[in-house]
Amino acid sequence: MFAMTTLAVLIALGMALARAFIGPTVFDRILAVNSVGTKTVLLIAVLGFLTGRPDFLDIAIVYALINFIGVAAILKYVKYGDFAHPGEIETDPPGNIAGTATGDGEDER
Amino acid sequence: MIFTLIDIALLTFMGATAFAILRLRSLFAVVMLSGIYSLLAASMFVALDAVDVAFTEAAVGAGISTVLMIAVLALTGEREKTPAHTPLLPLLVVILTGAALVYGTFDMPAFGDANAPVHLHVAPRYLHDSFAEVGLPNVVTSVLASYRGYDTLGEVTVIFTAGVAVMLLLGGRKGDDAGIKQQPVDEDGDDRRADSKDLDGSGGAA
Repeated sequence: MFAMTTLAVLIALGMALARAFIGPTVFDRILAVNSVGTKTVLLIAVLGFLTGRPDFLDIAIVYALINFIGVAAILKYVKYGDFAHPGEIETDPPGNIAGTATGDGEDER
Repeated sequence: MIFTLIDIALLTFMGATAFAILRLRSLFAVVMLSGIYSLLAASMFVALDAVDVAFTEAAVGAGISTVLMIAVLALTGEREKTPAHTPLLPLLVVILTGAALVYGTFDMPAFGDANAPVHLHVAPRYLHDSFAEVGLPNVVTSVLASYRGYDTLGEVTVIFTAGVAVMLLLGGRKGDDAGIKQQPVDEDGDDRRADSKDLDGSGGAA
């Protein structure tokens, strides 16, 4: 049964890889990386049970954390083009605050 | 049987990923694919029972170096220039080197061979005497921290230096002329508004 699960995980890994190769947009590739990471976690877990030593499940959990952090960083880069961007601190309500910001900018210059 | 199949599938995936990395010109996709390659290599290491190596490979290869490469992409462009020279000579060199390496593996003992020299010469002494000599219950820790302690110290120095260099390269600049990608400020209404919004954002962060 674990062998069949391994086969299924490998096939899913191959399909995610194919999407990473041919994926036309950036988001296809990010999603492919994310799902390859997930398949890696699954593969490690299944391999542990396949060899009869499921001691490495915590390693799989750490892989999941690495995967999440990496994808979050990549998405931040794709959205802002910069890692040091402050993010969504002040989304633009187009009124008073924007006017104040423009005044500040004039003072700086 | 299933383990052979897993090995074959993972190696095929790694080869296909490496080939795709060679063929693609979009550097963002190349960074994504190298992260995938690291994850596949980590799976391969787990299949070879080297879980600690796999863990390092996933943390360094798929985790931090993907992020660092993305940071490099934020400073440079996203397209690779088509190389002017033909890749035939480098291909020949790589094929010859790879053939020599494969030829060299023929002299190596088989994978997991208990009679390999590495299992006969020093490893038994570490296993038997390290607790009496060093006093640590973990043999790997006593090898790393005591038997080859100077080597580990050198490694830590190298890693520290590399970290300092990367931080200097990526985050060392402050001030007005900081950004290579800083956009030119036009006297256009829209651009000025975007610029002032950016100033406001950095002021809010500080």
